[in-house]
Amino acid sequence: MAITAKINVTEQDVLGALRGFFEDILKTEYISAILVPQHLPMKNLVMPTLVAEPNQLNGIDPLAPAFPMNAAGIVSRLTRKPMGAKFAAVLRPCEIRAFVELVKLKQGRTEDVVLIGMDCLGVFQNKNYFQLVGQGSSESTVAFYESVLRGKSSKIGDIDLAPACMACEYPVAENADILIGLYGMDIDRSLLVQSRTENGEQILKQMNLPATDEPRGRQDVINALIKQRTTYRDDMFARTREAAENLEKMSTYFAACVNCYNCRVACPVCYCKECVFVTDVFNHDPSQYLRWARRKGIVKMPTDTLFYHITRLAHMSTACVGCGQCSNACPNDIPVMELFRTIAQGTQRAFDYEAGRSLEEDPPLSVFRENEFAEVVGIN
Amino acid sequence: MSEFEPTIVAFFCNWCTYTAADLAGTSRLSYPSNIKSIRVMCTGMVDPQYVIKAFLEGADGVLISGCHPGDCHYINGNFKARRRIKLLKEILPQFGFEPQRLRLTWIGASDGIQFAEIMRDLVAQIKALGPSQARLKMVI
Repeated sequence: MAITAKINVTEQDVLGALRGFFEDILKTEYISAILVPQHLPMKNLVMPTLVAEPNQLNGIDPLAPAFPMNAAGIVSRLTRKPMGAKFAAVLRPCEIRAFVELVKLKQGRTEDVVLIGMDCLGVFQNKNYFQLVGQGSSESTVAFYESVLRGKSSKIGDIDLAPACMACEYPVAENADILIGLYGMDIDRSLLVQSRTENGEQILKQMNLPATDEPRGRQDVINALIKQRTTYRDDMFARTREAAENLEKMSTYFAACVNCYNCRVACPVCYCKECVFVTDVFNHDPSQYLRWARRKGIVKMPTDTLFYHITRLAHMSTACVGCGQCSNACPNDIPVMELFRTIAQGTQRAFDYEAGRSLEEDPPLSVFRENEFAEVVGIN
Repeated sequence: MSEFEPTIVAFFCNWCTYTAADLAGTSRLSYPSNIKSIRVMCTGMVDPQYVIKAFLEGADGVLISGCHPGDCHYINGNFKARRRIKLLKEILPQFGFEPQRLRLTWIGASDGIQFAEIMRDLVAQIKALGPSQARLKMVI
């Protein structure tokens, strides 16, 4: 029997209420640590922290519009071998979806982790967030969630959400063990808490939170948001398809790319320990560059820019969750996420697959059926 | 102006299609020299990046050919290849490569005659499509 309960909010202190909840989780049996974003004393930035002592949760800030990394990689690091204890991880929906992909790719395990999925209010691009926290991070967090949850706007000043978030149709976590609901709640009074799996239920049972029902309006608020996001997304797909429809336009799209491969490093589902593009395979012989230059008259240096991006699309687009960290990591502001999500939608649909949807569905390129895709065979 | 002669990069599996190509040769069957064959141990080892590289270097067509379903020397490499072709046929057309430029066929070791026929048909098709967009352009 799933538990639906509430976390009471007093004196409009939502972060305080969440802190209390996380402290209580840490005090329950089985949970030895909690992974949660905190703003650090250094420079006010928000980063994931692994906390073992309940009194070390003062800086928690999971509602900050900050997304320094997709923490799926961190959870993968913490779960790849048995930890010897269980921990809870407070994650955004796209982080949980990326983690689901990593587990299926054998890069993490679910046994030792309890996933706490919070309704995601969206985030700003890194550089925009840095600009904002100049003014103090918890104040800016309060201003942000107040504005979003009271139905005003996700904008603070001229800064709006990152494009990945504007196009995100997953504001509510799927596949979490425990869900914390914000949308459609009266945040002056309480937040929603729900168990979604037996693991989650076991923990909530020990916490004796006041039971409640999901407010009737909540689903409507979420549906309206998803609708708005889907419209933005489809418009983005159309724009991006047009902007990359042939090689010449692709070359324009990636004209500023310097082959730094930051997008691959930041990508939560690009899991290869050694990417082929950083191996000696691409450390061509000097005479090879000359041959290329002679054949075509001119080659752009560094070479293999489009080759890299199209190959990465082939290698990981079926696992792309659209978190937008690739765009965040680009030093030259190339809209990487836009292209990857656009192509990923096609490749995932081709295999009737959706990244992050289910632990049960095999990654498309890891399996095959005897009778399938007859249309791609033959020359007629 | 001379007729357009396409370049078609072909990955043939060692056990079936490459043997069929050998058979076509020893049987003195002729097929166009536009096919640049690369022998691989199995179609299942053709990483999508090989296909992408061939196209970006200006290949007008790419053919991958291996054993019929059930005949794979490594049991199921050809099924894996089929999924990768399905994937590439989703990606490459988005960037302006016509889907007909990428082909997958099953040609068994004893199908020498069929091999030569398919090569002739394929070259005719790619000729009709004209040169690929990547030819002679600076691709970044």
